[in-house]
Amino acid sequence: MGILRGKLLPPVLAILFSALLCGIALVVSGANPLRAFGVMLSQVGEGTTAVDIINSTGTYYIAALAVAIGFQMNLFNIGVEGQYRVAAVVAAVVGGSIALPPGLHALVIILTAAVAGALWAAVPAILKVTRGVNEVISTIMMNGLALGLAAYLIGSDVFGELRGNNIRTPEIPESGWVPGISFGSSGTVFGLVFLAALLGVGYWVMMNRTRFGFELRASGESATAAAAGGVNAKKMVLIAMLLSGAIAGLVSMPEILGRDHTYNLNFPAGIGFSGIAIALLGRNHPGGIAFAAVLWAFLDKSGLALDNVQVPREIVTIMQGAIVLSVVVAYEVVRRFELAAQQRQVGRQLGTVDAA
Amino acid sequence: MSTTTPAVVLSGITKRFPGVVANSDVHLSVQVGEVHALCGENGAGKSTLMKILYGMQQPDEGTIEVAGKQVRFRTPADAIKAGIGMVHQHFMLADNLTVQENVVLGAESLHGIGGKARKRILELAKATGLTVDPGVLVERLGVADRQRVEILKVLYRGAKVIILDEPTAVLVPQEVDELFATLRGMREQGFTFLFISHKLDEVRAIADSVTVIRRGTTVGTADPKAVSSRQLAEMMVGSELPSPETRESTVTDRVVLRVENLGLVAAEGTRPVLDDIDLVVRAGEIVGIAGVEGNGQTELVETVMGIRKAHHGRVLLGDKDVTRLGTLARREAGIGYIPEDRHRQGLLLEQPLWANRILGHQTRGPVSKGQWLDLAGAKKDTRRIVDEFDVRTPGIDVAAVALSGGNQQKLVVGRELSGDPVLLIASHPTRGVDVGAQALIWDEIKNARARGLAVLLISADLDELIGLSDTIRVMLRGRLVADADPATVTPEDLGSAMTGAGATSAAVAEHAPGAAKASESEGE
Repeated sequence: MGILRGKLLPPVLAILFSALLCGIALVVSGANPLRAFGVMLSQVGEGTTAVDIINSTGTYYIAALAVAIGFQMNLFNIGVEGQYRVAAVVAAVVGGSIALPPGLHALVIILTAAVAGALWAAVPAILKVTRGVNEVISTIMMNGLALGLAAYLIGSDVFGELRGNNIRTPEIPESGWVPGISFGSSGTVFGLVFLAALLGVGYWVMMNRTRFGFELRASGESATAAAAGGVNAKKMVLIAMLLSGAIAGLVSMPEILGRDHTYNLNFPAGIGFSGIAIALLGRNHPGGIAFAAVLWAFLDKSGLALDNVQVPREIVTIMQGAIVLSVVVAYEVVRRFELAAQQRQVGRQLGTVDAA
Repeated sequence: MSTTTPAVVLSGITKRFPGVVANSDVHLSVQVGEVHALCGENGAGKSTLMKILYGMQQPDEGTIEVAGKQVRFRTPADAIKAGIGMVHQHFMLADNLTVQENVVLGAESLHGIGGKARKRILELAKATGLTVDPGVLVERLGVADRQRVEILKVLYRGAKVIILDEPTAVLVPQEVDELFATLRGMREQGFTFLFISHKLDEVRAIADSVTVIRRGTTVGTADPKAVSSRQLAEMMVGSELPSPETRESTVTDRVVLRVENLGLVAAEGTRPVLDDIDLVVRAGEIVGIAGVEGNGQTELVETVMGIRKAHHGRVLLGDKDVTRLGTLARREAGIGYIPEDRHRQGLLLEQPLWANRILGHQTRGPVSKGQWLDLAGAKKDTRRIVDEFDVRTPGIDVAAVALSGGNQQKLVVGRELSGDPVLLIASHPTRGVDVGAQALIWDEIKNARARGLAVLLISADLDELIGLSDTIRVMLRGRLVADADPATVTPEDLGSAMTGAGATSAAVAEHAPGAAKASESEGE
């Protein structure tokens, strides 16, 4: 009872509400909202948009999973942004400088990225466990450091090379590429999008079927109850953060191994922050996150078409922000409502005056 | 009793909460200038009723009359305006402010915050027996004086009818006597008191009339001078009384828990919260720890459980030194733990009952296999607990928060007695539960003791402590200062020992005052 209502109602409400909000913003700015939304929908069928949405979904999905692991125990890994960037540079450098048989080569690159991401996350994790440094602060600062480190590593006198007016790491040999599924002129779906799906399944199994997942959720719901139940808080922080960092390290793998084969100056930024919003919208649930990632990717890619009808593309950003804000409120409202409903139901079934 | 208009009349009050009817058709009439006791078991609905009278909650049905006029309180401010004040069980004072600041806070418009306010406070303080200067910080006051400050607060706001919510729960017997003297004095001056309690001796000592509330409804009003405690108790319970008493000794000579020289320093440079604790619990024995709350009982339990790290000393379970082990390893070694606060420490409130069964047992069967959870096993064993411990719930998939306090606690007790523990640490195991749950929990602890379980019991309920324990140790300022024999000790004797007033009875044997070794070192 109520599963649909509890799980689906809040995001639907939030999306409708933010669509309404954006509609009003569009009307105020003199554009026709229906036309704008129509253009966005029809854009999906144009060119490579559909495939772009799928590829982007995969990337967002991995980033959001990384964030969600921390969220499960109220650990705010704001550093996914830096973790995936450092992991991308290190993996690209390692991948470009070794020679291995096909398959194995890609595998080594992927593992390198995971390890690099985990190590970058280890710094705030250790600071938190040993010195109580708030992970929000330290991961944000690590993001800044990541930018600097990446820029240094691809310098032409370090690991990088100058190509035209772009600086990049040496290209990964073909043995390290992961082939995609080509749809001809509609584009190519990255092979590693399936890695994202696999991670989602693994995440679900971990959260719902393993001891670690139980301890993680227990820590998130009540740190005091978890401590009384023998959950070692420091160990959980350390493992959750490393795991989050490792998954964050994989964020750019679909693109690097599927298309770019190098880390260069055009490397996408901001995916880590989108991951935070997507994890919130998806309520840390693997299915919810998938849905939220698709929505995010759709807004991103279809939003590009708005320029064609003289609507500022930034309206999409407003919409994303409004969705996140309203979904947080909606979840809380529905959660309280559901708890009260359950209490009433228990009371009815027991027919009690058996006061609390 | 006088024939003048009653101070307060409640008629037909009904209040429903999700899942429970807290009050149904309650009738209560309080005369001017009397101490009217409202009696009932924990969970009978006393507090809800008082919150309604104080405007914190609105009744679904029924009327309130104050001094003959019908009123509707939307907020406590309305109630205060009508001359009703409430002293809560848990004090609502700011430690870092002075007595005067605490009293004036929120009522600045009455007499300002300066000399006039101070004068008014000094006038009123006499009535409450508060002798300290209004300029003293509240953190320097003892519990009894804090309570006087709370009473002063409501007087300052012009209250003539004062609700006292379990005012004696935090006091030792000697302080209770002082409070009663204060109340009698104020009664002479025309103040009216609504005295909430479930302690019958106190009710009989202070009240002019008593209304009994059971399962949310008033069952009658009695003259406390004319009825016996037993009759009152049976009105409250509505049936035969449960008794915490353990029949015969099952104590063996096999030591299960041995605590040696245990010390804990909360913050560097402060007095140790645990000071050289030596304690032995044997199989089949219940060792009770008596003490005014805040004297280190919580810390002792948490150190034995490994939630806090001992500063020095050892904890042995059987022959095994567990001092260096974490909480989980100690649980695996056979310690069950009923925490003092089931909402904060005992349960994952929004998780289903079966997930709560896993907590604390996540490394052991039947709820897990290696790194994997065994959901089927967890659900099956949760059903067992629900059956055996009479947890009233429509199913095991409801969230723990949906159950009443007593049923939540029965689930916790059932869980902690699962997996054949050798030692049970029970912190206030029946606090805030209904009488049925209390009887069941007592029985289960007694049965487990008969099977050879060692129990360390911490409780603020002295009757429970004396009734269940085979041995009582008294804790004061982080030290075990005296032993008491539960067969002969009275609550008053225990109370004296708890405050350090000295042994007044042969049943309490004080320890020789050892040189307090305040060994300072780097603590967390």
